[in-house]
Amino acid sequence: MKAIKYSGLGIFLVGFSIFTMAIFSGYFNFTEQELESYISEKGYKSEHLKEELLKSIVTDEKLSIFEFSSKVRAAFETSNKYHETQISKYNAEKNWAKKGEEFQYKISGKPHSLSYDLAKKAGKGFFKDEPMLAWWLTFGLGIFGALLFILPNVILLGKPGIKNNGIYHESATNRGFIAWLVLMYLVGFYLVLYFMPDYVVNWTFIFDPISNALNGGNASQWFVYGFLYCTIMLVMGARMYIKYRHNKYQIIRTTSVLFFQIVFAFLIPEIMTSLNMPGYDFKSAFPLDYDFFFEWNLKSLQNSGAIGIFILVWGIILTIVIVPVMVYFFGKRWYCSWVCGCGGLAETLGDPYRQHSDKSLNAWKLERWLIHSVLIFSLVMTVVTLYCYFSGTSSFLGIKSQWIKDTYSFLIGAWFAGVIGTGFYPIFGNRVWCRFGCPLAAYLGFVQRFKSRFRITTNGGQCISCGNCSTYCEQGIDVRAYAQKGENIVRSSCVGCGICSAVCPRGVLKLENGPEKGRINPTEILLGNDVDLMQLLNQK
Amino acid sequence: MEHIVIIGNGIAGVTAARHIRKKSNKKITIISGESKYFFSRTALMYVYMGHLKFEHTQPYENWFWKKNNIELKEGFVTNVNTDKNQLIFSDNSTLFYDKLIIATGSKPNKFGWKGQDLKGVMGLYHKQDLENLEKYAPNKEVCKRAVIVGGGLIGIELAEMLRSRKIPVTFLVRETSFWNSVLPTQESEMINKHILEHHIDLRLNTNLKEIISDENGQVKSVIIEGTNEEIPCNVVGLTAGVSPNIDFLKNTNITCNKGVLVNRFLETNIPTIYAIGDCAEQQHPIGNRRPIEAVWYTGRMMGETVAQTICGKKTEYKPGHWFNSAKFLDIEYQTYGWVFSEKTKSENEDHFQWQHASQNKCITISFDKNTHEFLGINTFGIRMRHEIFDQWLSEKKSVEHVLEYLADANFDPEFYKSHETEIVAKFNQEMCTNIQVKKKSWKRIFSKA
Ligand SMILES: Cc1cc2nc3c(=O)[nH]c(=O)nc-3n(C[C@H](O)[C@H](O)[C@H](O)COP(=O)(O)OP(=O)(O)OC[C@H]3O[C@@H](n4cnc5c(N)ncnc54)[C@H](O)[C@@H]3O)c2cc1C
Ligand code: SF4
Repeated sequence: MKAIKYSGLGIFLVGFSIFTMAIFSGYFNFTEQELESYISEKGYKSEHLKEELLKSIVTDEKLSIFEFSSKVRAAFETSNKYHETQISKYNAEKNWAKKGEEFQYKISGKPHSLSYDLAKKAGKGFFKDEPMLAWWLTFGLGIFGALLFILPNVILLGKPGIKNNGIYHESATNRGFIAWLVLMYLVGFYLVLYFMPDYVVNWTFIFDPISNALNGGNASQWFVYGFLYCTIMLVMGARMYIKYRHNKYQIIRTTSVLFFQIVFAFLIPEIMTSLNMPGYDFKSAFPLDYDFFFEWNLKSLQNSGAIGIFILVWGIILTIVIVPVMVYFFGKRWYCSWVCGCGGLAETLGDPYRQHSDKSLNAWKLERWLIHSVLIFSLVMTVVTLYCYFSGTSSFLGIKSQWIKDTYSFLIGAWFAGVIGTGFYPIFGNRVWCRFGCPLAAYLGFVQRFKSRFRITTNGGQCISCGNCSTYCEQGIDVRAYAQKGENIVRSSCVGCGICSAVCPRGVLKLENGPEKGRINPTEILLGNDVDLMQLLNQK
Repeated sequence: MEHIVIIGNGIAGVTAARHIRKKSNKKITIISGESKYFFSRTALMYVYMGHLKFEHTQPYENWFWKKNNIELKEGFVTNVNTDKNQLIFSDNSTLFYDKLIIATGSKPNKFGWKGQDLKGVMGLYHKQDLENLEKYAPNKEVCKRAVIVGGGLIGIELAEMLRSRKIPVTFLVRETSFWNSVLPTQESEMINKHILEHHIDLRLNTNLKEIISDENGQVKSVIIEGTNEEIPCNVVGLTAGVSPNIDFLKNTNITCNKGVLVNRFLETNIPTIYAIGDCAEQQHPIGNRRPIEAVWYTGRMMGETVAQTICGKKTEYKPGHWFNSAKFLDIEYQTYGWVFSEKTKSENEDHFQWQHASQNKCITISFDKNTHEFLGINTFGIRMRHEIFDQWLSEKKSVEHVLEYLADANFDPEFYKSHETEIVAKFNQEMCTNIQVKKKSWKRIFSKA
């Protein structure tokens, strides 16, 4: 069994290495015709740019993606610079006609994205030519190996029950060397994905056939990410099924997050795209879905006919009605640990790291500051955007709409939710984003704290203060602090994953929805002590 | 300002200190010879098993004590001068107190076995025992086999710990079935089976004769009484119960029996001295409870009670209905009220039992044969609501009532399969009744709230 497990690990690492190494493979260049047709397709008008690109990437030389990218970025930069000098020149000469003309030659866009578009066309080599084989060598081997590594646990873990043996002895789960390696890989992955997509253009080639089959177009880096996300959740979901096979709540919850990720976040938007509709994730609620009210999205929805209007109305009702009503009945868990994609990844890929969330009082303070700041940030951004959209201006109360959107997307959307939120799993636990950053979680938290039927009931005086519940709380709630006082846990940050209840060796905790009356039960003296003493204390 | 000194920073001592602080601004000092900060002894096993780090067993962050103005003193008390209100420490220093609370807990029993003090022989009680275990049983290469002597709650925990590192374990149990002085046969037998499923070499009806040393004064093997079988091993765990840790009181005027004798106000014979927790012995047992109760929550309740008395509200220690819980490897156990084993139960205690056909789940409900008053329940593999049973016991409900409303008491996580219908069907069949299971009702559950 062990042998199978470790050969699985080996196979996984081979697939994983091929996938990583794919970045460095293949070569990139253009023929003159290819460049011409690209330029006309894009409608670039600058002769200067064309010349620069001709000089640098129309070649027989087999450029690596890094050389290719730097040449392309240099070409765009030189050309843009040239036109800027022209603009200032005409400006000085007060030659307004010429100056106005010159603007059309400037090309806007992030350098790496411009380069990505070219690279997608210019790429050659194994991953471009043999995408299906490449898929098997990367994803195929990776999935097969990972499953071989995970499935033997059905037997190796022994009888069903809580199996946390050795978590604090192993490098991978105890912030050891392996954990730091994983952190670096994840951070690197997100940096490249968000900021240097051209470097991973080879990955997109692997998915061109699958993407074409699904939505009729070639794969982008976001398609790769979406597919990878689902794959990881499925494989690590298998691990959850085995680890918690005695716990029906965990089994059903895992099934639910997998379903919503694969069907709602991945398949439906792809299919909608193939039908020429805007691809929309029906479960993604504002303000987590922070660009829902951005101009481009509103415009695109308005231009999409009935379905666009439906999405617009649905998105608003989801946030304003469905989300809070559901939180009232079931707690925010219905979203955060049953439906949400970020939560889904945290509950599958992130499960081995859940114990690393900081339980200190200071961390709780930081949490409340940060998450509420992000909520305010997202709301201010949306107000500015909407005001500008309807009034046709470009700023509101001195805040430039474009600036605030870009800042939010960069700081919160990319760095906080992605690079830090997922990248830091192995060291700071699997809910860094959900706990400290997610504006939707902050909103749901208010509802859960003040108007909800959900609570974690503490079972009288049974707690022995062992600390398992607090340690394995991914949201950093010091569950024990409540349980040992016989107090129910009613906290805005609880996502209802149910692990505290699962790991408690004394059957103390139960997640449940019940009447609001009696939900919060301040008790100074625990059940079990005689009645007079309880009365005495309760009178005070 | 009155100086309250507490010897022992376990659950009893710490609870007393916290509640005294809530009610007063008296000066409070807690003394411990074991560790500076309070930790949960019950979680020691999880540290060895790698579920927790030691720091996770500490229920309060380190700043808590200073913030609440509770002084922590590390040191070992060797004597108490009750005339001068003075504690004497092992380094001969002294400390004056106005009121003293003795909360020194327990120590593992040793019954004078030959070799019981060899290297590699240990109990499982103190933090130092854990360090010892890390030293002598870090893995299965260093410790080729461990022998555990004494089949109680701590013994089975130690077995689980060692098995988590794949160390072969032989488990010597004096009784004919695991813990059957407490558990009814059905349950004891289920645990026997479960122990074997975990590949633990369970030896029922077996006593230790002596422990053999190698040339370095370390354990080499144990000899079994009767058969004289020799079992080679590197570690011996002595888990045959605990007794009050009060040797340091031998030369004082404080009256002790097995533990420090206290009245219902937790007062000793010396007016300024109180005793709580594992080390306290009630002069007269309370109800069916034993005079010394070495469990977590009674220590906590005594701490809560003594704090009232010390702060001027003289309060009697009145533990409510008995309850407890434990975990036997993968099987959770809870009990509310009194269920005695066949060996110990009284004439009028009758049992209704149910066991799951394939899973490790069973219950025993005890009731009065004549009046049908519900006396208590043992549940294995099913969690139950403490509050509901507490209420039923106080209201002296009948066994029929308990079965009818059993669904209200279920505390298993959501979506778990419930077994009330099967259980009640069995009861109906055995008792010729016609009880219909009532659906769970929030209204009833929260009727007290
Ligand atoms: C492995 C294990 C598992 C357990 N599991 C459970 C369980 O699941 N449920 C349950 O109800 N109970 C359980 N118990 C029992 C429970 O832990 C005890 O009843 C409880 O800890 C007793 O608390 P206490 O405050 O009375 O004493 P202790 O926790 O023993 O604290 C006494 C402290 O005083 C110190 N001390 C003693 N003498 C001196 C001295 N002379 N000078 C200075 N300091 C001194 C000791 O070193 C110790 O730190 C378990 C016990 C063990 C060992
Ligand atoms: S896991 Fe259970 S027994 Fe342990 S501290 Fe938490 S609630 Fe208490």
